[in-house]
Amino acid sequence: MSRIRSCIVFPLFLVLLLAAVILSIHIGSVSISAKDIVDILFKGDRSNSVAYNIIWKIRLPRIVLASLLGGALSLSGFLIQTFFRNPIAGPFVLGISSGAKLFLAITTIIMTGLFNQMPVSVTVIASFVGSLLSLLLVLLFTGKVRSMSILLVIGIMISYICSAITDLLINFANDSDIVNLTHWSMGSFSAATWQDVYISAFIVLPTLLIVFFASKPMGAYLMGEGYAKSLGVNIRAFRVLLVLMTGILSSCVAAFAGPISFVGIAVPHISRLLLKTSKPILMIPASFLCGALFCVLCDLGARTLFSPTELSISTVTSAIGAPIVIWLLISRRRRNED
Amino acid sequence: MKTDKLRLDSLTVGYNRVPLISDITLSLAKGEIMTLIGPNGAGKSTILKSITRHLASIAGTVYLDDKNMRLISGTDVAKKLAVVLTERIRPEMMTCFEFVSAGRYPYTGSFGMLTAHDKEVVKGALEKVNALDIADKDISQISDGQRQRILLARAICQEPEVIVLDEPTSFLDIRHKIELLGILSDMAKKSGISVVMSLHEIDLAQRVSDRIVCVKGDKIAAYGTPEEIFSDDTIKRLYDIESGSFNALLGNIELASPSGEIRCFVVGGGGCGIPYYRALQKRGIPFAAGILPGNDIDLAVAAPLAKYVVKTPPFMTASPGDIAEAKKLIDSVDIVIDCGCPAGELNCFNSQLLNYASDKGKTIVKSLAELEEAEL
Repeated sequence: MSRIRSCIVFPLFLVLLLAAVILSIHIGSVSISAKDIVDILFKGDRSNSVAYNIIWKIRLPRIVLASLLGGALSLSGFLIQTFFRNPIAGPFVLGISSGAKLFLAITTIIMTGLFNQMPVSVTVIASFVGSLLSLLLVLLFTGKVRSMSILLVIGIMISYICSAITDLLINFANDSDIVNLTHWSMGSFSAATWQDVYISAFIVLPTLLIVFFASKPMGAYLMGEGYAKSLGVNIRAFRVLLVLMTGILSSCVAAFAGPISFVGIAVPHISRLLLKTSKPILMIPASFLCGALFCVLCDLGARTLFSPTELSISTVTSAIGAPIVIWLLISRRRRNED
Repeated sequence: MKTDKLRLDSLTVGYNRVPLISDITLSLAKGEIMTLIGPNGAGKSTILKSITRHLASIAGTVYLDDKNMRLISGTDVAKKLAVVLTERIRPEMMTCFEFVSAGRYPYTGSFGMLTAHDKEVVKGALEKVNALDIADKDISQISDGQRQRILLARAICQEPEVIVLDEPTSFLDIRHKIELLGILSDMAKKSGISVVMSLHEIDLAQRVSDRIVCVKGDKIAAYGTPEEIFSDDTIKRLYDIESGSFNALLGNIELASPSGEIRCFVVGGGGCGIPYYRALQKRGIPFAAGILPGNDIDLAVAAPLAKYVVKTPPFMTASPGDIAEAKKLIDSVDIVIDCGCPAGELNCFNSQLLNYASDKGKTIVKSLAELEEAEL
């Protein structure tokens, strides 16, 4: 049964992703014809230098980055849902994005104070370091706390503390200094470069591979810790691995695109509904692909819906993702009542 | 000598290094069922969790096949020992087949792919618990009884030599309790799998187990065969039963007998009196019963419930003294209940008593419906 579904769902995701990529290359302030796309991408035709530059320097890196980070975000959502055994959890509940924002705020204020500028590379590094710091904090608790719900509350509390400090800093900062911060917290794939793509790929792809190799214990973990342990899974190590992988993936997203909301919650669940299984070995690639597809489409929406004004990516993902989450909650309850 | 599958050697268990029960020494042979009984909170689960290594034991050793379990790897333990836990399972989008197949974990490769043999074992396990028909159902949509069987199938398909079950029958109705214990008993006898479990139903424990462990206080209160454990007041002491009674031999439970002066006399015997004794107990009416031979089934219920029981030795008819005693009791009440016990050679005294009662102008109640309306 699930085998037949996989045979339909995976090719479907791939075809749709390819279509979304081509559509994203085609649509924009300058529309590029299908013929030009093929010529430029596959024949290396440089005769139309404007189109060539738009594709290779602007649209393609942006699309690739969106699919990489979208996949990463969705996968980290799947991991955190596995970890909490709660399908409504999202990767940023652990306080990762607020940690990133706090660290970014501090760095921005120091950088503008000292050098009067805030280079993009520093933004990326600062938010990544901030995410990892809050992740480290969560990991310290993961080892000690036995109850999942307490850990969830700790994550939320860390978020609040970080937000409080961030707000305090913003109160005393010049508006011009924190433009960067506001821009970051809206989330966007704009201004993506190939360098961003390479670095993200360097982080995301190996993590994806590690996660994939951990799919067997993950399947056992789904039954509950007691059963997983009785089957020989080292629970403590496995929990740390899960949180670490989630953290690295979502930190990478936070660093390069900001805190994108709802993808991590909604997309794994959509994949689960489509595949009608929880098997990690299927769910890991499926969430990644579905996340990539979802983000490429949302980014296309963000770019084009109100062009020339570009929306933040979270605006689009929230507008689509929030109703999905509400629908999931209601249909879940209905299913449980049956 | 028979080798022990599982042996606990002066084990001390507890939480956070605080000993709860100490000096537990037990052993279990192949194909035997050992049941832990005892009051709530006595530490049955704590002992089971320490055996399955979900809880670190404080002192002592658990031996699995004569090997110290502390020195065996998790996967090797998983191939010999499987568990059915009380923890709630709520996986989403998982069929019963998928759930059960997770028991193959210690045998599958690094991606957990099932071979044809694995699938056969899973099917066999489902068959053993009569759950083949629900194999493709979602695990969140089956009943409690079915879930418990699926949990057991998961343990079975781990192909263990020992299965540890923590209160496998709670939340099940009586039919499913009997069914589950039947499966366990079969499994132990036919497949030689040893079973350790905790049960709340002492009457069922008595019937299914080869060994009974009574857990109470900081020690094992008693340990032995059901015959040994259920022969005396052990159960009453184990559960501190002060009101009510538990008949160890029959597994019969009665509530406390009503107090006060007796208000009626029940002429019963041969099981006919049992519904009357219980009806009177329910309404809180103290009563006397008789005359019952020592081997009468009525006695098992009358003895704990009635204020007085006039008894004769087993297989004997009543002596004049017994009859006089019964008549004296009848004199002191207004109502006499005739349970309609068939009359035979040995219990001719019953009709004698009933005649005496009607001569004395006592109200004779002849059915439960009449008893309902009688002024008592």
